[in-house]
Amino acid sequence: MEVFFLNVATSLNAGTVLAIAALGLLLNEKAGIVNLGAEGMMLCAALAGFATVVHTGSGLAGLAAGMVAGAVLAGIFGLLVIWLNTNQYATGLALSLFGVGFSAFAGVSYTRENLSSKMVSTPSIWADVPVIGPGLARLDGMVWVGLAIMAGMIWFFYRTRAGLVLRSVGENPDSAHALGYPVRRIRWLAVVAGGSLCGLAGAYLSTVYTPLWTEGMTAGRGWIALALTTFATWRPARVLLGAYLFGAVTMMQFYLQGRGVQVSAELLSSLPYLATVIVLVLISRNPVWIRTNMPASIGKPFYPGS
Amino acid sequence: MLRLEPRPQPSTAWSYASPLLALAITVVIGVVLFSVLGKDPVRGLQVFFWEPIKNGYALSELMVKATPLMIIALGLALCFRSNVWNIGAEGQFVIGAIFAAGVALMVDRSWGWLAVPAVLVAGVFGGMVWAGITALLRDRFNANEILVSLMLVYVAIQVLNYVVFGPWKDPMGFNMPQTPTFDRAARIPRLFEGLRVNIGVLISLAGVALMWLFMFRTYAGYGQQVGGLAPAAARYAGFSSRRALWVALLVSGGAAGLAGALEVAGPIGQLTPHVPVGYGFAAIIVAFVGRLHPVGIVFSAILMSMFYIGGELAQSRLGLPKSINGVFQGLLLFTLLACDTLIQYRVVLGRRRS
Repeated sequence: MEVFFLNVATSLNAGTVLAIAALGLLLNEKAGIVNLGAEGMMLCAALAGFATVVHTGSGLAGLAAGMVAGAVLAGIFGLLVIWLNTNQYATGLALSLFGVGFSAFAGVSYTRENLSSKMVSTPSIWADVPVIGPGLARLDGMVWVGLAIMAGMIWFFYRTRAGLVLRSVGENPDSAHALGYPVRRIRWLAVVAGGSLCGLAGAYLSTVYTPLWTEGMTAGRGWIALALTTFATWRPARVLLGAYLFGAVTMMQFYLQGRGVQVSAELLSSLPYLATVIVLVLISRNPVWIRTNMPASIGKPFYPGS
Repeated sequence: MLRLEPRPQPSTAWSYASPLLALAITVVIGVVLFSVLGKDPVRGLQVFFWEPIKNGYALSELMVKATPLMIIALGLALCFRSNVWNIGAEGQFVIGAIFAAGVALMVDRSWGWLAVPAVLVAGVFGGMVWAGITALLRDRFNANEILVSLMLVYVAIQVLNYVVFGPWKDPMGFNMPQTPTFDRAARIPRLFEGLRVNIGVLISLAGVALMWLFMFRTYAGYGQQVGGLAPAAARYAGFSSRRALWVALLVSGGAAGLAGALEVAGPIGQLTPHVPVGYGFAAIIVAFVGRLHPVGIVFSAILMSMFYIGGELAQSRLGLPKSINGVFQGLLLFTLLACDTLIQYRVVLGRRRS
């Protein structure tokens, strides 16, 4: 049983990286913006966070640096797509390609750094609890942060006036504009906030989860996070559950390899990507369901006064 | 205050000038970057824009890298014009290379002149199969082609790892993860003695002409693009969007697969884990910078090839990581998209009259 709970804990850790990024992207998409730059933002944030921890030794500063990096990149992306009306897909792709290149370029000197000597680990109070104790001790603090972000987002979307305005901007920007809401500013703020969450996820990945920096270390997590918002039909709780499910799929390869199961390593490494494709197929086959749940203005530019 | 005012008509002049302005801005940022890093910016510019064209050998290397970029970008241009977002060309390139290698490994002298065409056809077929999966899932299950095609890139790389670490590993290769080198008969013929540039360049230029004819001189090519510009009008005119989807993905997948075949049977000569070097992603930038136009793509592919070679030289000559190439590629697409605003809008000084 202890082993089972340890596996659950590592799955939740892996899923939290995806969950935080996907919740950030959900915030964008609720306001009508798709940011295909998630992978690039996460990579730059992972590097920013890692470098900050190397130089300051503070884990919190690392996470904050990641959030700032994500927010800055998302802010630039937002300026382009919201004010200059550039194509959201092309601009997001540009951000991803730039992020992959820039983080590889700027991160060369950090590839041999190791954080374990710089971070102080405190023994968990849970460690002595029987059965579930070791599992609880293995959980990263970020798992709770991820849960809190999800709860906060549900509250924000469905219980606050600001959340209602944000959703109306995503559903029908023209009506929101006619009612006097600053559609562009709201969208930009949503994009920046979403970017900072992607950044938090990237910094968590490089400073706590792995913790090391390698080129392209997000390995498609940004793209999987994008798929998760569709998979969850744009509901925060389902985003979290979907992310945990993917976390479990990611851990399955290590679990099966550890068990000595005779499956090729390459097939196991492909699992998260194949799972993403399968999940997309299963969820998208009902177009009506997707259409009724998707924020209506997603991906479309907004021209005030046209 | 500066503000943007919509033009009555899109500006033709700016649609040509915008890539040049974007390149100029990228170069300026590059100069600043070199200065910040304490490198001589003149030397930096030389490495990127003079060294790749200074002699025959350099030009040959320039074309070796421009060829796959050009071929993949031609297919992607058709895709993007049809509003089909295939961003998994890298995966189609890899699978094309694997299929081509599968045939090339069977080739011996008895195949004669048939060997090279067989290798190339296998590559095209491989790329089509891989892109066809994306088309099928989009067509049948409405699955988003951006995410599916991208996920399949990661899967394709695992397939490549499987064959080179497993069944196709060279038994005489000191346990290196690579296939035996292909028979001479299967290698893409070179154009000049001693230079690596091969007939792939001629194939890519023929591709430019074919794509131009298809896009601008055939009814099918026209229908293909109407769907991208005005889906409602295309439906009304009876142009099938399903057909457009399949054509776009099969053509771009086949092109990427062809590029993979030319690469693996050309400069590389065997299948190794180092076949994917990001041409499939760089070609997205090539397609946009070339205005999704076959002739424009010739120039942008050469430019992007300069970035690749400049990056490698920056590593050996200036001690900079060669990934600096990726920084410039990303920057170029970013600035291009921003500059493209000038096609639809003009910048006006002063407040809005109302």
